[in-house]
Formats: sequence, C-alpha cells, structure tokens
Amino acid sequence: MSKTKTKPVLEVRNLSTCFKTDQGVVTAIDDVSFDLYPGETLGIVGESGCGKTVTSKSIMRLLPEHLSFQKPESRVMYGGLNLAAATEAEMRTVRGDKIAMIFQEPMTSLNPVFKIGAQLEEALSYHTDLDRKARRQRAIDMLRQVEMPEPERRVDEYPHQLSGGMRQRVMIAMALCCEPEVLIADEPTTALDVTIQAQILDLMEGLKNKFNTAIMLITHDLGVVAQICDRVMVMYAGRVIEVASVRDLFHNPQHPYTQALLRSIPKSGGRQKGERLPTIKGIVPSLFNLPPGCRFQDRCEYREERCVRDEPLLEQHGNRSYRCHLPLGGAQ
Amino acid sequence: MWSYVARKLLYNIPVYLGIVLLLMVALRVNDPVSSMMGKNKSQEDMLAMKESLGLARPLLEQYFDVLRFDLNVMSWKNQGLTVKQMFMDSIKPSLSITLPALTLTSIISISIALISAFFRGRRIDRILMVLAVIGMSVSFLVYIIFGQYYGAYLLTKETSWDLFAIGGYESGIENWSYYCLLPVLISTLVAVGYDTRFYRAVMVEESGRDYIITAKAKGATKTKVMFVHMLKNAMIPIITRIMTTLPFLIMGSLLLEVYFNIPGMGRVLYKAIQEQDFPVVQSFVTIFAAIFILSNILTDVLYALVDPRVRLS
Repeated sequence: MSKTKTKPVLEVRNLSTCFKTDQGVVTAIDDVSFDLYPGETLGIVGESGCGKTVTSKSIMRLLPEHLSFQKPESRVMYGGLNLAAATEAEMRTVRGDKIAMIFQEPMTSLNPVFKIGAQLEEALSYHTDLDRKARRQRAIDMLRQVEMPEPERRVDEYPHQLSGGMRQRVMIAMALCCEPEVLIADEPTTALDVTIQAQILDLMEGLKNKFNTAIMLITHDLGVVAQICDRVMVMYAGRVIEVASVRDLFHNPQHPYTQALLRSIPKSGGRQKGERLPTIKGIVPSLFNLPPGCRFQDRCEYREERCVRDEPLLEQHGNRSYRCHLPLGGAQ
Repeated sequence: MWSYVARKLLYNIPVYLGIVLLLMVALRVNDPVSSMMGKNKSQEDMLAMKESLGLARPLLEQYFDVLRFDLNVMSWKNQGLTVKQMFMDSIKPSLSITLPALTLTSIISISIALISAFFRGRRIDRILMVLAVIGMSVSFLVYIIFGQYYGAYLLTKETSWDLFAIGGYESGIENWSYYCLLPVLISTLVAVGYDTRFYRAVMVEESGRDYIITAKAKGATKTKVMFVHMLKNAMIPIITRIMTTLPFLIMGSLLLEVYFNIPGMGRVLYKAIQEQDFPVVQSFVTIFAAIFILSNILTDVLYALVDPRVRLS
C-alpha cells in the first residue's frame, strides 16, 4: 500500500472550527491536519463530541454560518482550490459533484415531500447538462447500482415508503450519482441494524472500487473500521491524536487513548466469565475547560509531569503519526 | 385520494349532527318566544305565538327542519326579510374585506418570515422580529381609530384626496377601494405581526432539519434550499394556519364591521344576538358550524396533497 507516493486528493491543514455560543467562543476542532488519497478509505474515530462530524461538515462548509467560523489559517485543499476560503458559488460546484456526503440518519436525511427520483435527479441537474429523461434514466441506474430492488418502481416512491436500509441506499446513490472523488460518510451505518450495516458497508466497498472514490468514514465503531478502512485517524477533544494504517493501529497503538479505545471493544471468547469490559475512566473534557498540557492527561494511566505542562505535537514517525510524549512503543 | 375525501366527509357527518343538536338545545334553554314578547304577555298569546312560529312542535321535528337548511324563515326583528335574504346580503360585504385581508396578510407575513429565516440571527432578522412584536402588541382598536382619523378624516380634510370613507358600504367593484381598502389594510396590519412570528418559527424549525443539510451537500443554492425544500415542508403548518382562519373570514370581522358600519355577517349576527332575533341566530350559527366542518375537511384534503405521508393513514 504505497499510497503515500501518490498525490492526495484532499489536503486538510490546520483546520480549526469555532462555534459562537452563549458562554463564548469555543474551538470544536483544533488544528486538524490530514491527507486523503485517491481510492483509500480513511476512518475517523473517537468518542461522541470529539469533533468527527464537525471536521466533515467544516470541509463541506455545511455548518451554520451565523454560529460558526473557521480560523484564518485553516486550509482545505481540493484540486488547487482552498475550500476554507472559497466563495459559496465555488463551494456549490464542489458539493455533491466533487465531494459528496452521506449522513447518519437515513430516516430524516431525505426530504419527505419529494419522490426519491426527484431527489436523485436534483444533484444531476446542478452538476451535469443531462436532460430530464437522461437524468431519470441515470437515477434509475444509480438505484440499480446500490442494489435497490425494482428501481423503476422505487424511483417514483416517497422516502416514507422505504425501509431505513433502502433509504441509506438512496442516500448512497444520491452521493455517488455525479461520481465524486471524495465521499464523506458520517456514521452511515449507526442508525441501521447489524445485518443491514454489513450490507451497506459491502456496498460502499464495492462502489469505492468501481468509481475509485476516496472515502472518509466517520464512525465510533472500531469493528467497522477494521472491516473496511485502510487508514485510521483517531480524534480526541477536537485534536487529531493518532493516524496510522489499520494494521498498525490495531496491532500496535501508540497513543494511550487509542490503546484504551481498543481495549474497550468487546471480544467474543476473549474474556472470562464475570470479567467486566474495560472502560476509559473519566469523561471527555469540556471544550470550555480544557486541561493544560495533553488533553487526555487526566484520564491517562501513564501520565507524567510534562504531560500536564506541555501539550505534545502531532509528530510523524515513519508512515504514522501520533501526539504523545510517552508513546507506547512496541514492535513497529 | 377520493376514498380519502369520502372517508373524511363520512367522519364529519355525526360531528355536524351533534353540533346542531347541541346548538338547538342551548338556544332553547331560555325560551326565545317568552323573552321576545317581553313582560306583559299572557300565557295564551305566548302559546299561540309559539304555535305560529313552529316552536311548539316536538324538538325532533324542528331538528330535521334545521338540518334541511331551510333558510326561508322570517326574521323576527327585520320586517319582511327572510334569513336567506339577510345571509345573502351580508356575506358579500364580509368577504370583500376578509378575503383580501387574508390574502394580503398571508403573502406579506410568509415573505417576511422567509426573509427573516434566511437572515436568521442577523440584524435584518432582529429588526423585523421587533417590528412584528410591536405590530401584534398594539390593540385592534388603536389601529381602527388611528386609521379612521388619519387615513379617512384628516387625509380628506388636509389634502383634497378623498381616498377612504370613515364608514359605510356600497356594493360594486368601483366602490371597493373607497369603502373596503382601509379596513382591509387595518386588519392586515393587525394580523401580520403575529403571523410573521408564527411562520418564521415554522421556517426556522424546518431549516434545522437533516434534509436541508442533504440538499446543501448536493450543491443546491441557498434560495433553492429555502424555496423548494423548506417551503414545501413548511406548507403543512402554513395551510393549517390559513385554513383555521377561513370560517372566521366568512363570518366577518365583527369589530371592523361595527366600527366601519359595514353590513357584514359579523354585524348582522351581533345585532341579532342583541335583539334576540332567534331564527337569525339559529340559522347563522348552524351555517357557521357547517362552514367550519367543510373547511376542516378541505384542510385534511390539502394536507394529503402537500404531504405524501398523510395519504396512508
């Protein structure tokens, strides 16, 4: 996997997004930098509130304008264009065409009062010059691609007539109909039951290979990461704390938080009867009241004095990086 | 779709029967004939009067009469006029004020609500909302008196433009703006503040829904998102709001009709209640109930047209 040789399709540098709240300005994601390479699947994991969704919506600039802003040094480079500083008109040419998105809640993410065909054709009408008939044909084709049964009939149905899994298939078809280079999937399987989850993940995997789309998969399910991701980025309290290939991360985590996350996955047969599943002590610090030094320090079992004093930097070590004074080491 | 309409109609038949029965009983608690004839009446006169008015018959018989919508009964107080004539004479003045007022109010307040929601949280939004609160807080009477004084009296006196009448009514389209425009503007002014706030709340709620982000992520422009995705979803509460005011439109605006001396249904009913004109009250209220029920059915049908999810239930 020599993905590092090719040029990344999306370069995120120093992305910081702030929210204006009643209690003052809060930095939800702080100095996030990463690359996304063509055809790869990058998993973004972390607990709730760590900034996964904010990262994805910041890239697409979908956060409410009157409540949020990006710090001026933020850069999101896509095909020579800095999305963080692009105009709304430039953003519209990117959204849905070059970078598409799938959301967590298929039940509410489709517009309830329009037929799914119309919703599929909408993106095509913005980004292609296909005529009505061709757009409809393309919509039916896309439904077939996502293995929707009877696409010719389904195209004229409303979202409420479909099951959750089918709606997520429609969302995927909608995201992929303009063959985007990047697909951001924000917890696409969280709201679905386990068998449907597996089907949707298989489908995404298959379509990724077919369209050579780079996928940014946001999830808190490490099982999903192990199943379909190539690389993983772990976030904690608005910071990127570790980036590595799936293999390296699962077999040899460097950051204590990553290690603790991996330990808290239930394993079948790996534990004795009556033994409790390890959890990470404490809670994620409030963004209004971050600890000095490392953000994980008050929950970290390896804490030293300098962890409290200085915040470590995200440093590159070979083809992985982590943000820790005391990496766990072990066989690389 | 048609079975849905038929079902709604059938559901409402017992409702109507119940309302009419209740109403008839309520109107007979205080004997209408006895109070009409005043203090100095003899028992025989009263019975004879009851007999001649058909009020001595069994209630069930009278009930069927009312259900047959027989409006050819004579008014007790307006000599020689049937209820039907009174209804026909008063419905036009009422509608010529309330209908334009509702249209104007809805268009203006939905537009302001859209602008406000579009610039949500910014200065324009705040200014508009402050104005809306001020607009809805001022009493109807203040608008009427100021409107009559400045719009009709002072304007005619100071300039030579005799644009509005202080009161009165003439039928005919050429007289409409002279007699009706001022009341229409006043009732619009009163309603716009409240409606704007209501519609803005609806829009703001819709604008936070997931499908809005989906539409943006597809590359839709902000105006497309607002006018196509959001507005169609907001139609349900908008329809409800407009339709619930519909029956009141037909009954007219009592205050405006009284102050502007417009012979609309509101004023006719008000006068009939005051004078204890029993047949007029009974018929008008029955008509009102029927209109109310019909507009409820119409609302349900419109829901089904706007929202595909409704048709299933």
